[in-house]
This record gives sequence, structure tokens and C-alpha cells, in this order.
Amino acid sequence: MRRVDANVYMRCSPFFVYEKRGFLFFTRHVDRFCWEVDALIQLQQLHKSYQVQGKTIPALLGIDLSIDKGEIYGIIGHSGAGKSTLIRCINLLERPTSGQVVVDGVDLTKLDDSKLQEKRRQIGMIFQHFNLLSSATVGENVAFPLKLANRSKAEIQKRVDELLKLVGLEAHRDKYPSQLSGGQKQRVGIARALANDPKVLLCDEATSALDPQTTNSILALLLDINRKLGLTIVLITHEMHVIRSICDRVGVIDGGKIVESGEVLDVFLKPQHPTTQEFVEQVADSSELREAVAHEKAAGNRTIARVTFLGEKTYQPILFQTMQETGTVFSILQGTISRMKDTPYGQLVVELEGDVRQNEKTIETLRQRGLEVEVI
Amino acid sequence: MDWTLENVDWSEIAEGTIDTLTMLGFSTLFTILIGLPLGIILFLTSRGQLLQNQVFYAIASFVVNILRSVPFIILMILLIPVTKVIVGTSLGVLGAIPPLVIGAAPFFARLVETSLREVDRGVIEAAQSMGASNWQIIWNVLLPESRPGLVAGITITTVALVSYTAMSGVIGGGGLGDLAIRYGYQRFQTDVMIVTVIILLVLVQILQSLGDRLVMRFSRK
Repeated sequence: MRRVDANVYMRCSPFFVYEKRGFLFFTRHVDRFCWEVDALIQLQQLHKSYQVQGKTIPALLGIDLSIDKGEIYGIIGHSGAGKSTLIRCINLLERPTSGQVVVDGVDLTKLDDSKLQEKRRQIGMIFQHFNLLSSATVGENVAFPLKLANRSKAEIQKRVDELLKLVGLEAHRDKYPSQLSGGQKQRVGIARALANDPKVLLCDEATSALDPQTTNSILALLLDINRKLGLTIVLITHEMHVIRSICDRVGVIDGGKIVESGEVLDVFLKPQHPTTQEFVEQVADSSELREAVAHEKAAGNRTIARVTFLGEKTYQPILFQTMQETGTVFSILQGTISRMKDTPYGQLVVELEGDVRQNEKTIETLRQRGLEVEVI
Repeated sequence: MDWTLENVDWSEIAEGTIDTLTMLGFSTLFTILIGLPLGIILFLTSRGQLLQNQVFYAIASFVVNILRSVPFIILMILLIPVTKVIVGTSLGVLGAIPPLVIGAAPFFARLVETSLREVDRGVIEAAQSMGASNWQIIWNVLLPESRPGLVAGITITTVALVSYTAMSGVIGGGGLGDLAIRYGYQRFQTDVMIVTVIILLVLVQILQSLGDRLVMRFSRK
């Protein structure tokens, strides 16, 4: 059970009303609304190592992770960081060396083969290279997991129709995978993974083999499914863009450990760990900024600050008004106005000219008006 | 040399052809029935596969290699006592079938193993992630996905069996090979030899193009 501050949550998602994440209640300490959220997946002290030519090669070094019902959880890391091993441990395609994998209250590592096979039907998975049956048509591929579950022909027919409609491939039912584009293949993969009404969808680098435009359409589909069906999604990726577009929370994995985790906004607006900072730089051009800051600082007697806007404030002229009122001259060294999932945010690096004392006052005013300001 | 085909007894040729086809049909059937499961077992027990078992694989692999390394003509002679036990005679069409099957099944099993190895590992993994049992993976993933390779393997094996059936003529196996040896070789009736060779050649051509067509039909990549 994890408590999510309702204010934070509403800020994060205007769609909270019909996302079934938990129920709203008052905490004992009554001061704020909280969502009570059940963890759907819990990884405890997960270790995994491989034996290669007599040597032990560690891949995961004690992962603790808790993923809530209905959220989209992203795991980002460089190749070789262990993210692929981690996601494969969730449905036991890789058996962890030690540790627990609890999905919906059941520790998978304790199940025998047939129980595990049954449980896996509740955990859908899509792959980087789609992994469709090349000898089967689109319809047959989607029907495949239903066939494995011994459903009746009529039932399968009906379900396949629904699923193909959901992913927008009704017209391609009788085609073979080799006749489809990458994006279409991944849509088949998604339809197939959803066939048995899973509780979780695991995405193993699901967009890494796709071009940017197709990536976006697949991400939009995943987000749509998450909202329509309340499906929990766990994804791994090496692209910041993927995390920023659809994830609620993120874990950064490096060297087989989760080095930083939390709400996507918090982690990426204030990255702590060097690896996280690197990923943020992917989209923020920070190296350019560092040069600019160094250049301006050398000129002396200037204050450089990073101003962060969140939500509605992003589009209000708070910065301009404040500067005008205090008569501060400023220039913008770098700026981003964007959104993380549904939350607009802005981050401007500004340089204030003039008296340092005066600048401190200006910064104080900005803070009072609800902006976050960090002096660099 | 004389091109009048005066030595050719067409009724005997017809009989020989029917014998050859009978041997071929039955030996292909039993070769598939034995070789296919054997190939699947070889594949599944090999390293990194579903039922990885290095000891079992090493033994099975060794036996298959031995059977494959003995030249067929010698294998046939070595197997005479075994053949007598299985079908009651070592002569004629019936007596030829056991050595044909024992000679071809290990060969076919290797071809099966190789085509199963061609199946994308990711697809097997996807099936596992959907909760497929090992049986379901064999029936619904491995066999359909490797169908073009398996059909090609059957074609190659059948063509090899055509030449094996001809060889079995040496130990009195019947069929076209028997005719070719008794008339063409031992009595210097070259015309009989040529006719049998042409029939065998046409047979191989038909089998190969039939196989190729099926492979084309099943290929979806």
C-alpha cells in the first residue's frame, strides 16, 4: 500500500477521475486528501547473475520495486544496465537467483510450472522485435494466446474482432506479419498481449525498433489502453522521450541497481544521480548551457538562476511581471516549455543583471508567486 | 551399342517401378514418424533450449552420428539379422524397408533439428510469456514456424531414399535398382540400365519440384 498525495496526483493527471488507481480518502491527520494505492507488482531484493564459462556475471544487484495498480511505470537505463533482465524477471522468463517477485499477491518464484503458466496469462508482454508467428496471419496471431487458453472458437472469433478494432487493424486480419510495417506489427503484438485481459502489460523496448512518428503513435495507443482499461504498464527503454510522454513514475537503473526513482516530474526536473542527469541532458541540451553559464560567470557580478514552472503557471507571465515590477534587466540563456505526460512545465535559465541584493529579492518574489528558483 | 531396347521387358520395369515406389512410400513414412520426434528431442535437449539435458543430448547425438557415418550399403548388410527379427525376411520390398528407415531416420532427425534451430527464439519466448506449455510450444510454435524447413528436409530425405532403394537391389531388395544390377550390370544389358536410370531420374525430378512448390507455399518470411 502506498499513499499518493492527491494534490500531486491531480496535478499530474487531469484524467484522474476515471483512472481507477485507488480510492480517495482522508488520512488520519486530516490535512490532505490522499489516494490509497495498492501495489500490483512488488520486487523484493531481486538478484540475478549469469554463469558464463565458469564465471559469475551479476546482472541485478538487489532490486526493490513496487508498481501500483493502474500506473505506467518506466524503467530507463543504458544498454547493459540490467533493464532487460529486470523486466524478464517480472514474468519469470528469467528466473532470479534470489528474491521475490510478487504479482497481484502471488510470489511467482514459488509456483510450479503449470501454475506459473496460468499466472503468466495475466501478464501480457510486447517485445522490441515484435516476436509474431511468421507462419500465422494477423488474426491467428491475436487468437494464439486464446487458443493456448483453450477458449471456444466463437469466443476467440469475437475477442479477436474486438482487439483488432482496439488497435485499428481490422482491415489487416488476413495478412501475414511480413506484409506489415513495424508499427503495425507492434499493434498486433499489443492486441495479442491483451487477448487474455491481463492485469499487467510488460513492454520490453517496445518502441526501440520504430521510427519517431511510429513511436509516438504506439505510445499514444499504450496510454489510451492504460486509461480505457485501467491496465498497469511496466516499460523499459533507453529513450527519455518515452518516459516523458506516458509514464507516471520512473526508475533509473544503472549497474544492476535502481539508482533513482519517483514521480517522473520530480525525477526529471531535479535529477540527482549522474546517470539520471545524463538522460535529462538527452532532451535538454545541458552541455550548451554549461558553456553559456561559464561564459557569463566569467563576466562577473551576475546572478544566474534556473526557474521552473509547473502546470497552469507555465502559461502565465509571472516571470515578466515580476521583473518589470522590480525593474530587473534579465536575459534568457536557455529555455524549455514542454509537457511531461499531461503536465505542462517550463524551465528557463535566466541571467539577472545588476545588484546582487536586489536580485535576491526578485528571486524571493518569484518563489512567493509559486515558481521554483534555483541559483546556479 | 544397341539402341533398340530389345532386352527391356516393360512388364518387369513396371513391376520394379511399383516396388520402388512402395519401398519409397513406406520408408519415407516411417522415417518421418521416427525422425521427426527424434529431431525434436535432439533440439529440445540441446544447450539453451526448453529441456536442456547435456548428457541425454550427447548420447542421442552420438548414436545418430554413428548411424549416419556407416555407409548405407554396409549398414544394410549389418542390419540383416535385425531386419529378419522385425519383418521376418531380409529380402524383397519388405526386407528393404527396415534398413532404409534406420539409415534415413537419423539423417532426417538432423535436418529437423537444424530447421527447428532456425525458429526465432523471441517467438518461443513470446509463447512462454503467454503461458504456453512445452507441448503447446512444440505444436503451435516450433512445428508451424519451421514448416518450410521441415518440408525441404522431407524432400531431401525422400530423394536420398530413392538412391538408397536402388542400392538395396544389391542385397536382393527388389525394385528398379535390383533390375539395374541383375540385367544392366550382371548381364551387360545397357538398355535396361538406361531405362531404369531415366525412370529414377524422372522420379527425383518430380519429388524435388513437388517439395520446392510446397516450401514456397508455406514460406511467409
